[in-house]
Formats: sequence, C-alpha cells, structure tokens
Amino acid sequence: MIDKGGAVIRRSADGGGGGGAGVAAAAAMVGAGAPAAAAIPADPGTGRIAVTQFVKQLWEENPTLRTLLGMCPALAVTATCKPALTMGLAVTFVVVCSNVMISLMRRALAPHLRILMFTLTIAVFVTIADLFLRAFLPEMSEVLGPFVPLIIVNCLIISRAESCAAKNGAFISTLDGFGAGFGHALALLMLATVREILGNGTWFDLRVLPSWWVPWTVMKLPAGAFITLGFMLGTITYLHTRRHGRG
Amino acid sequence: MGGLTKLIVVFLSIALVNNLVFMRFLGICPYLGVSKKVDMAFGMGLAVTFVLTLSATLTWIINHLVLIPIHLEYTKYIAFILVIASMVQLVEMYLRKFYPTLYRAFGIFLPLITTNCAILGTCLFIDLWGYNLVKAVVAGFGGGLGFTMAISIMAGIRERLELVDLPKALAGPGITLITAGILTLAFMGFSGMVK
Repeated sequence: MIDKGGAVIRRSADGGGGGGAGVAAAAAMVGAGAPAAAAIPADPGTGRIAVTQFVKQLWEENPTLRTLLGMCPALAVTATCKPALTMGLAVTFVVVCSNVMISLMRRALAPHLRILMFTLTIAVFVTIADLFLRAFLPEMSEVLGPFVPLIIVNCLIISRAESCAAKNGAFISTLDGFGAGFGHALALLMLATVREILGNGTWFDLRVLPSWWVPWTVMKLPAGAFITLGFMLGTITYLHTRRHGRG
Repeated sequence: MGGLTKLIVVFLSIALVNNLVFMRFLGICPYLGVSKKVDMAFGMGLAVTFVLTLSATLTWIINHLVLIPIHLEYTKYIAFILVIASMVQLVEMYLRKFYPTLYRAFGIFLPLITTNCAILGTCLFIDLWGYNLVKAVVAGFGGGLGFTMAISIMAGIRERLELVDLPKALAGPGITLITAGILTLAFMGFSGMVK
C-alpha cells in the first residue's frame, strides 16, 4: 500500500511540469518505444523530458556552436548586436511554431513527402515573421534584408523538425523549439558582442570602450566574422573537451 | 556600356566581388561540410552551378510573369522554395534516366542542394537588385562558378591542413573558418573593381 502510494506520488511529481495529462499523452504519442519505457516505475514524465531537451538545446548541444547548424545567419547578421538579437528572436518564433505544427500533423505525413511538408510549413511562418518585421520594425527589416526569408533554408529548423517534432508531442516540441531558438540567439549574441565591441567600441549602441580605442574595422567585415567564429568554436571545443574528457 | 559589357560586369560582380561564400555568407553549410576532398568539392560546385542557373531563370520567370501580375508577391518565398525543391527533384530524375554517369558522379549532393541557402539566397538577391531575365541567368551561372571556385580552393587548403599538427580544439570547423576568414581578406582585393 505505502509502496504503491509512493510510486504514484513520485510519478506525478515527475510529470508535474507537463501537467497530469502529459504523461498519458506522451505514452500514447511517442509510439513503439514508449510503452516499454512507461512500464519502468522511474519513467521521466513529459515535463522532465521537455525540460532536459530545452537545456540540452540551449547549451550542451547548442545548434550553432556544437552541431554547426544555421551558420549563414550567424556570420551574416552579427556585425552589431541589435540585428543579431532580432534574427535570433525571429528564428525562435519560426522554430517554435513549425515544431508545434509539425508535431501536430506528424501522423498524417507521408514519409517521402516529409521534407517538402517541413519546408512549406517553415516557409509559411517565415513569411509571417518577415511581414511582421516589415510592418513593425521597418529599419531592422532593411538591415537584415534577404536573411529573413533565408530562415527557410536554415538547416537548424529543419533538423529540429526531423529529429524532434516528427517524433514527439507538441509540448516537448515546443520546449525543444524554444531551446534551439534561444541557443541560436545566444550564439548570435556572443558573436555579435565580440564583433561590435572590437569593431565599433560599442555594445547595443552603448559606448563601452574609451574614445582613444581604435576600432578594428576588420571585425565589421566578412573576414572578421569568419575569424571570430573560428576562434569561438575553438574555445568552446576546448572547454567542452576539458569538462568531458573528449570533444 | 554595351549590353555585353554589362553582362560581363554582372558576371564578375557575382563571381568575384560579391562572391556568395566570402561576401554574402551563403552556402556555408556545404562549404564547411563538403570541402574535405577537392574532387568532391568540385562535384558539389558543379551541381550547385547547374541547379542555380536553372532556378535563377525559373524563379525570375515565375516571379515576373505569374506572381507580380496577379499581386501575389507575398507568397514569393513559398513559391521560390517550391520551385527550387521541384527543380532539384526534376534534375535528379532527368539525370538518372538520361545521364547515369553524371548522376552517379553527383551522388548525394543533388538532394542536399535543396537546403543550400546559396540557391534561394541568389534568387532573392536577383529579385532585390531588379535584374532582367538575361542578367538573372548570367548572375545564376556566375554565382555558381564563384561558389565552385571558393569551395575548391578551400578543399585544396584542407587537404594540406590534414597533415599539419594543429591544437586539438581548433581542428575541424575552427581552423576551416579561420582559413575562410583569411581567404576572405584576399578576396576583398576585388572589391571596388565593379561598382
């Protein structure tokens, strides 16, 4: 009796983040692998899976810094911080929306038309994001130029759709999308911070370096983007190797 | 300037001055992913050139003859990506049927091209710059050749880098990006050649 009660409590505490219905929904949704996993008492609930997924995407498997997806915008819009942040938020919006949409319709997808449907879903949300930016942040839309529509072919989004949203429920996919989007935004901001401070002496248009600082113009040029990102990847790989023994 | 001179300027501008990889940051994924061996890089470059020329032409035609007359410009992105995806599919089927040798040479690169941002990016830039049809075709072809050149140079350097004793953390993408940065500095020498 007591034992059983304990198990139930533990179970509901695990599922707490996702709500009571989350556990049952996850078991029903995940498919072939799930029933076996659900039989084990210490089965992590949807909430925990989703939170783990979020944290993992944010840093440990950061799409831009660790798995090298979505490199084109990372290089193109990071000369200063503001466009980098806008781009990061736009990508977050698109990846969350497309993840939810794809996870809701994943049962109806024919395998050979899968990628095409992913691309079309993403294209719809990118169009929404582009029109929104043009209407409410016209000068930012001008700066970003064709890199907003280019979110469509950002491999980061399609990889999340393929490896998470096509297999999991809407809740896990949402948090996964937020993790990937914020992770991407974080990477963009890190790169933009280095480039704007060294290339302009400012951060978000606030002066941080004294006026005698001679700006490194090369940081604002494409060459600076490549070199900074190269050294950043090197640093991150070094830190990762030191913590885990192997990169 | 005569018509031909203008076309040569467009070609040089997109192949060298506005090189897709170095100046516009398009197609970085294949640039980092498929640049380990020169022959593979060259194959990828040719496949991109082929698809880019065709899709630059077709997206221009669709944009100007269908979307603009019926005021559906806001569906442009969806239309463009559909054109590119179906173009890649078509080219793949056509090559498999009629040129099996070429098809085998391209191999995995053909389907990968759909998500290559160099293709969609060039089509969008052509639209942004307001090129006419002939210029669009030349720009598509020149962009592809510029990409081929960039990725082949990179592969040549990386083949030699394999033998170098690098700091472990920098090996792989890190040193590739730094090399690309230095190459970009070299390519900046072309800027100002074409207005």
